[in-house]
Amino acid sequence: MTFIDFNFYLFATLLIVAALGVITARNPVHSALWLVLSFFASSALWILLEAEFLAIALVLVYVGAVMVLFLFVVMMLDINVEQMRKGFVRYLPIGALVALVLAAQMIWIVGPVGPDVLGDESLQQSVRHAADYSNTKELGRILYTEYVLPFEIAAVILLVAIVAAIALTLRRRPATKYQTPANQVKVKRNDRLRIVKMDAEAKE
Amino acid sequence: MLSVSLSSYLTLAAILFAISIAGIFLNRKNVIVLLMCVELMLLAANINFIAFSHYLNDSAGQVFVFFILTVAAAEAAIGLAILVVLFRNRRSINVDQLNEMKG
Repeated sequence: MTFIDFNFYLFATLLIVAALGVITARNPVHSALWLVLSFFASSALWILLEAEFLAIALVLVYVGAVMVLFLFVVMMLDINVEQMRKGFVRYLPIGALVALVLAAQMIWIVGPVGPDVLGDESLQQSVRHAADYSNTKELGRILYTEYVLPFEIAAVILLVAIVAAIALTLRRRPATKYQTPANQVKVKRNDRLRIVKMDAEAKE
Repeated sequence: MLSVSLSSYLTLAAILFAISIAGIFLNRKNVIVLLMCVELMLLAANINFIAFSHYLNDSAGQVFVFFILTVAAAEAAIGLAILVVLFRNRRSINVDQLNEMKG
């Protein structure tokens, strides 16, 4: 067993344990933290597969942005954990059964047992690149030449997501009092100040 | 133990996908955990893409993963925004109470 094999089994075990933690944790905050761990484990697996750029992007974008967003929302909402757990035990048998059947089918097709559908021997040999190979450079080259239009569409999708998220959560509060600086600057003396002329009154 | 090959990664992704399917069954009342399970499914698909990209020595798979990450981030942002609006209106995110649009 080589060092790479050892790392694969280590991080694969970590990933599966973390995924089980996501679905069984009682508290949604713990689920989110388990999900962070599973993203870290799979990022390590991606580094083993020489996809360094995407591994770093997964940690930065997912752990740094998306999971923080999840944690924000989980902590902002007041969730009744006990009510949410209702039905967990009831659906455990059918859920486990469906998952087992699904996993067994997929592993039978693509896994080490069962028919050899992958066929090609060359698929089983990984090609290790030289030390000066840059995954980021290669990905950038292909992204800005062959896939430049999908790349633009991805940017538009992100823009649409920003607009949609802000439009959904923005709310006007008519009851709130706030200042309008333009009107404050525009105000004249006569709007605010009134000089009343009256006779002085004699002291009693 | 077997030495690591393409089918090891595919098996791992299959197990991960099955776990997230089970998670959707188990946590069917909690929308937040459902969203997290969808994220796990997308992660399983991404592992497949990257494994094939490595073993076929073709970078196109990694470009696809890039786009999947983009779309998943957008989906998570909009999903959580919907969740916040839902909670503001209903004071609860229980899936069973979301039956107002029932025909």
